[in-house]
Amino acid sequence: MKKIIFILLLSILSWNNAHALITVDITRGNLDPLPIAVSPLHVDTESEKIPSFETSTLGEEISKIIEKNFKSTGLFNPLKKDSFVQKPDIAHLKPRFEDWRLIKAQALVTGKLLIKNNKLKVEFRLWDLTAAKEMVALSFTTTPNNWRRVAHIISDKIYERLTGESGYFDTRIAYVSETGPKNQRVKKLALMDQDGFNTKYLTLGNELVLTPRFNPTNQLVTYLSYFKNMPRVYLLDIETGIQEVVGNFPGMTFAPRFSPDGKKIIMSFAKDGNSDIYSMDLETRVVEQITKHPSIDTSPSYSPDGKYITFNSDRSGLQQIYVMRSDGTQVKRITHGSGLYGTPVWSPRGDLIAFTKVRKGRFYIGVMRSDGTGERLLTENFYQEAPSWSPNGRVLIFYRETKSDSKGKGFSAKLWSIDITGYNERRLKTETDASDPSWSSLLSK
Amino acid sequence: MKFNKAIKNLFIVLFSTLLISACSTAKKANVDTANDVYTGTDTVEFLAKGVPDRIFFATNKSKLTTASRDTLRKQATWMRKNKDVTVTVEGHADERGTREYNLALGERRANAAKDYLMTYGVSGKRISVISYGKERPVNPASSPLAWSQNRRSVTVKAN
Repeated sequence: MKKIIFILLLSILSWNNAHALITVDITRGNLDPLPIAVSPLHVDTESEKIPSFETSTLGEEISKIIEKNFKSTGLFNPLKKDSFVQKPDIAHLKPRFEDWRLIKAQALVTGKLLIKNNKLKVEFRLWDLTAAKEMVALSFTTTPNNWRRVAHIISDKIYERLTGESGYFDTRIAYVSETGPKNQRVKKLALMDQDGFNTKYLTLGNELVLTPRFNPTNQLVTYLSYFKNMPRVYLLDIETGIQEVVGNFPGMTFAPRFSPDGKKIIMSFAKDGNSDIYSMDLETRVVEQITKHPSIDTSPSYSPDGKYITFNSDRSGLQQIYVMRSDGTQVKRITHGSGLYGTPVWSPRGDLIAFTKVRKGRFYIGVMRSDGTGERLLTENFYQEAPSWSPNGRVLIFYRETKSDSKGKGFSAKLWSIDITGYNERRLKTETDASDPSWSSLLSK
Repeated sequence: MKFNKAIKNLFIVLFSTLLISACSTAKKANVDTANDVYTGTDTVEFLAKGVPDRIFFATNKSKLTTASRDTLRKQATWMRKNKDVTVTVEGHADERGTREYNLALGERRANAAKDYLMTYGVSGKRISVISYGKERPVNPASSPLAWSQNRRSVTVKAN
């Protein structure tokens, strides 16, 4: 990970009740998105030319990424640039607030950038147009090829300032890329920025791979590989490409996830037709059996404090969701509604568990409190499963499959996201069909 | 008492007629499944003459049906005759379940077949199992018939 150095924090904000600054409420579905103007970042005329790099339009491009990020939240309404009333460099110094208010903008983003000595220096400001105040001003320096991340970091800072919660734009999605006919799918591990750019393929597609999951620092991915036709949990170092099998199990291991401290991998191990949950310490290699029950125990996920594990079991006869202490004691069933429940994933905030529900042949993604109360179904479809949380616990990403005929025609697998409010369902663009998404934490914290 | 018993009997008779008629309509609707288990032969291949390679399961279940046990006994007889043959039992699920649960379910189905083969005198050393979950459908359609054909365990020669 390239370090982004934050050089200076320009403004210290004063909270003044007399001038209540604009805020965006994200706890409910937002039907009235905040009109925001994102001025193109002014490119300093002293900027160096870099080969194979279009410097002159960089400010425009960055502002477009910010707008796209904002639009994707459903909370903001980025205004069309052709109605903008001030030049970027002048607006950045001090906007004429009344002119911007005229186009019904409530917030304005301005900025400038300079490329010098192969460094990209970016400065931006967020203005509250109603209160005629600067809300955030920040500047930082990075390498020029990090310019997309610059746009994501600016988006995160503004989202944070306006909603009061951390953002999720400077993040990546690990997923399984799918190509080929339905009964002969070729699956590869893939990685992309949250907005679908910079796709990288981490495996070649020679063997079946499933269910990649990031570690807390986003440098490792644990996943299931059928390498040599032996389905086992693997660990992949994204930077070096080095892969290794996790543990020395005499049978299939699957459904891996990292512990919140990143030190352990928790997974299922299937032996003689029975799947139980095990953990392995990556440093000491010590393996611990956590559940011991003659039923299927799978899809384990730790609570963010590491004290509890939620998992999927059919010990009651059908698939239901359970919570236990992380040592395997105090097992408690938490789902009692009609239908089957699978793929529980604990929210990074700790308050909710996301799940897949199957009822009367339909598939739902939902959330509930960690004691099983307050179940809310967010979306219904022919087939969808495997939710993964945005790092701020506000959005879920999952995959959805479509129906096919006897030749497999009509089949597709796509990534979708939805706010936990149940609003803002949208499809994520991927180069190929895609499944099993895993959302990283913020790359720059 | 006698009267009560007569009524009870009448009910039993009535109930069973209803049941039978229900069964026959279900059969008319789809000749190739019974109680959610595929009974057809469209997808079946053979390990040897008269030895089918696969058995079928009900949704989310790994219980062997009478027909499955019959097929597995044929496989066991064939394996006892061909002592150098080793096999892999592949367990599969349909596409109507979550991926991870289906992996476990496929493993449970393959082991149900393996256990039965062992009961009929085949050494466990000659049988390995692998689960593909829902990853390798035989019939790619999204229909109850295709799903019933995909809920299977297949015995494959490994050497």
